[in-house]
Amino acid sequence: MKKKITCIDCPQGCQLEVDVENGYVVGLSGNKCPKGEVYAKQEIENPMRILASTVLTRALNIKMVPVRTSRPIPKSKLFEAIEEIKKIRLSRPVHVGDVIAPNFLGLGVDLISTRDAI
Amino acid sequence: MDKRDLVVVGAGPAGMAAAISAFESGVKDILLLERDQYLGGILNQCIHPGFGLHYFKEDLTGPEYADRFMKKIQTLPEIEISLRSFAVNLTKGKVLIYLKPGEMRQVKAKALIMATGCRERTREMVHIPGTRPAGIYSAGLAQKMINLEGLLPGKEIVIVGSGDIGLIMARRFTLEGAKVKAVIEIQKETSGLIRNVVQCLEDFDIPLYFRHKISKLYGKDRVEKVEVTAVDTGSRFELTCDTVLISVGLIPENELIEMAGVKIAGEVNKTSLPGLFVCGNSYKVYDLVDWVTRDSAKAGEAAAEYLRDLK
Repeated sequence: MKKKITCIDCPQGCQLEVDVENGYVVGLSGNKCPKGEVYAKQEIENPMRILASTVLTRALNIKMVPVRTSRPIPKSKLFEAIEEIKKIRLSRPVHVGDVIAPNFLGLGVDLISTRDAI
Repeated sequence: MDKRDLVVVGAGPAGMAAAISAFESGVKDILLLERDQYLGGILNQCIHPGFGLHYFKEDLTGPEYADRFMKKIQTLPEIEISLRSFAVNLTKGKVLIYLKPGEMRQVKAKALIMATGCRERTREMVHIPGTRPAGIYSAGLAQKMINLEGLLPGKEIVIVGSGDIGLIMARRFTLEGAKVKAVIEIQKETSGLIRNVVQCLEDFDIPLYFRHKISKLYGKDRVEKVEVTAVDTGSRFELTCDTVLISVGLIPENELIEMAGVKIAGEVNKTSLPGLFVCGNSYKVYDLVDWVTRDSAKAGEAAAEYLRDLK
């Protein structure tokens, strides 16, 4: 199966045409540099994204604390992750980078605060 | 009247970078005014990553990017921070009037840096015909409601304009459980970053219509639907929705400079009045905050140089 994707490794944004078989990249054209190959393989075989959202607080100086995953997580887990984030109520003060939920969803990444809340 | 060597208006990324660099270039008496109750400006509501790739060589969210500068400023007693301070008047003599809760203050500055950012263009500026129901938001306002106030403005969304804020909000609404029906763009390409088209629209199969516009908006109390027209062929279709987001660009906010009868000069950060500088999005609309930081630091240096020459 042919699939068209845009390489976002750099601002050139090469239009890649990828040959996909059983979820694996078997052919590639359109990339102007080797980064396109790495990108296509990752993007087709296991796309990953940093997820950013907010957590509701109780009795802190801001109502919503922005959070993100410490590293990218599989794209297929985004909605499951956001549902989990919505369940969290934060009442302890946090600083930028503090862990809000360790080993989030068992994915080996932490959910971290991206803003101070006191 | 209070007297200061340097007053910086606005403590978003531009104002913070300008204040820090002015301090580092030798200015020791700086007043930093911010109308909000926090430093950071618009970065506080930009919770997505993609900031700092050039300046810090790291992928940071908006609040994380702002935090680096906030922490630095808070260690510098030479920079006095005045929050909830809203500048309302500026004269050619560099007298600035600002409001704080319960009081009005005047300050005479030897040098001034305006870092007042942008406003969003509105529905009225793109002439969308139809009724005037509830449910029409500028993209940045919707971003503030969701990310700072924890409120979801609607469930079925149509976005006008494919600039970065509109794209970012398409993803944000989708993740929060709303259905983004389409992004409508009158140009033949997006003005947003490619990574945002990929990660905010393509990731969630949100259609992007180029060379289309909203030709009519329907709804009595609340938006009910929009009519979309292809500008080249005239063919039309309708989309039901309860919310329309307007993401059609930004306008530098320079009322205070205009009030003083001063013009922005061609050269970066300069105005027609020596000692009055303008930086960040109020100088020109930037696509990356990294460049705001870089250029605003130069405004701080220029202000320091001006003050040195005064002596």
